[in-house]
Amino acid sequence: MPQISARKVSMSYEKKPVLEDISFEVEQGDYLCIVGENGSGKTTLMKGILGLMPLKSGSIRFGEGVNVNHIGYLPQQTVVQKDFPASVFEVALSGCLNRIGLKPFYSAQEKKRTLRNLEMLGIGNLKHKSYKSLSAGQQQRVLLARALCAAEKLVLLDEPATGLDPIVTGELYRIIRNLNQTGVTVVMISHDVRAAVENANKILHIGSSAEFFGSTEEYLRSEAGKKFLRQSSRAENAAESTEGGTGPCRI
Amino acid sequence: MPDLIRELFSYTFILRALTVGMLVSLCSALLGVSLVLKRYSMIGDGLSHVGFGALSAAMAMNLAPLQVSVPVVVAAAFLLLRISENSRIKGDAAIALISSSSIAVGVIVTSLTSGMNADVYNFLFGSILAMSRGDVLLSVVLSVIVLLLFIFFYNKIFAVTFDENFAKATGTKAGIYNMLIALLTAVTIVVGMRIMGSLLISSLIIFPALSSMRIFRSFRGVVVTSAVISVICFFFGIAASYAFDTPAGASIVITNLLAFGVCCLAGLIPRGEKE
Repeated sequence: MPQISARKVSMSYEKKPVLEDISFEVEQGDYLCIVGENGSGKTTLMKGILGLMPLKSGSIRFGEGVNVNHIGYLPQQTVVQKDFPASVFEVALSGCLNRIGLKPFYSAQEKKRTLRNLEMLGIGNLKHKSYKSLSAGQQQRVLLARALCAAEKLVLLDEPATGLDPIVTGELYRIIRNLNQTGVTVVMISHDVRAAVENANKILHIGSSAEFFGSTEEYLRSEAGKKFLRQSSRAENAAESTEGGTGPCRI
Repeated sequence: MPDLIRELFSYTFILRALTVGMLVSLCSALLGVSLVLKRYSMIGDGLSHVGFGALSAAMAMNLAPLQVSVPVVVAAAFLLLRISENSRIKGDAAIALISSSSIAVGVIVTSLTSGMNADVYNFLFGSILAMSRGDVLLSVVLSVIVLLLFIFFYNKIFAVTFDENFAKATGTKAGIYNMLIALLTAVTIVVGMRIMGSLLISSLIIFPALSSMRIFRSFRGVVVTSAVISVICFFFGIAASYAFDTPAGASIVITNLLAFGVCCLAGLIPRGEKE
């Protein structure tokens, strides 16, 4: 039985239909990347999976043992958070909220779990720092640590690499891959289709131009995949050639 | 100074005002941090105006002021929360609409019954003479309940304030905690309104939070300092009002303003982040 099975899901955003008849399945241990152009409804779909936005039609079912409360979610950052007075530890610890139920306070167990996750992501030394003083990459790791505090089996990541430099992005992807290898199912929205096909074992491509769901190998052979990869490598080449112009003085 | 304090404590009405006021300052400062961060500051302001309407109506009908205004303001809090969750810009306008309408209702009711008198002035700008013994008891009980609920749900309130979507996605009933915050705010405002006046009470919610955010960088740090600043400012505000014969509510607001200035300056001092 798949962990998530979506059948003919349609959703609308501010009354405009953005998703039509999307179907896919996520098995335990999968690494699914959702790719597609900007505005194709990737975040909307993720909110649908999490129950934050209503489905217009279709259904999303969770397999046995998957509790919607135990999904780790890494949302895109909000404006409020950029200037929020909170320490790294406070933010990460708040991921454990679904573990304490109605109890008012965290026990040593949750605090240990939070520290373990912070250390695993290489930010244990930042735990007393103020969240808003961190770099974008560090903030993202804090939010990933929070997601891991909440997650037992499944993490949903919404463009985790936004605003990160290539080295930090590479590290983040490595961390996510390691996580996946320990048995955690990963569902990630990404516009970095090259990284997606490198890391994921399944691809869901949504958008007006093309739709695809299947294994990464199938995606690489499909028309949608070939076209999207060509487009994104063209865009990257263009970006690299402009960067190349200033290269020598930047070393 | 010690003489002044001894004198202050010799008056029953000042003791009452201090008891209730310091508890209310504590509650409003705690809630204020969350409200300011959630961009809900206007809700506090709107609720205090609704409180004015309710209070005037209760007085006109010879009903107990607190017992009538608490439920009315709580209802208004839920309504305002609903409105501001749906759409931000419309929410702002709706709050302004409800605020001014409530003031209008209050003024009309009062002028038709007892006439515009000292009562209206007291409702708007507060009076430390307003509390009867029964009021004090009820206020203390309500404040303690607000305080306990805040401490009990502190971690939930943090999660909902920092990231509502994440909290919802991981199974926290964010809607319920938003309502809890609105409910506690409503109760705090009604209780504090008698002393501070409905035009000035929202300062107790906003000032301490803003002041402590200038200096502290962790949520707990901000919440604790905000409470401390608020209580200290309330005390000195009352003392100043006694010493200089100025209205209590306004003196407390000015003390808070001064504290805010000091915190702004302190926040400018560069310092190394501690590891």
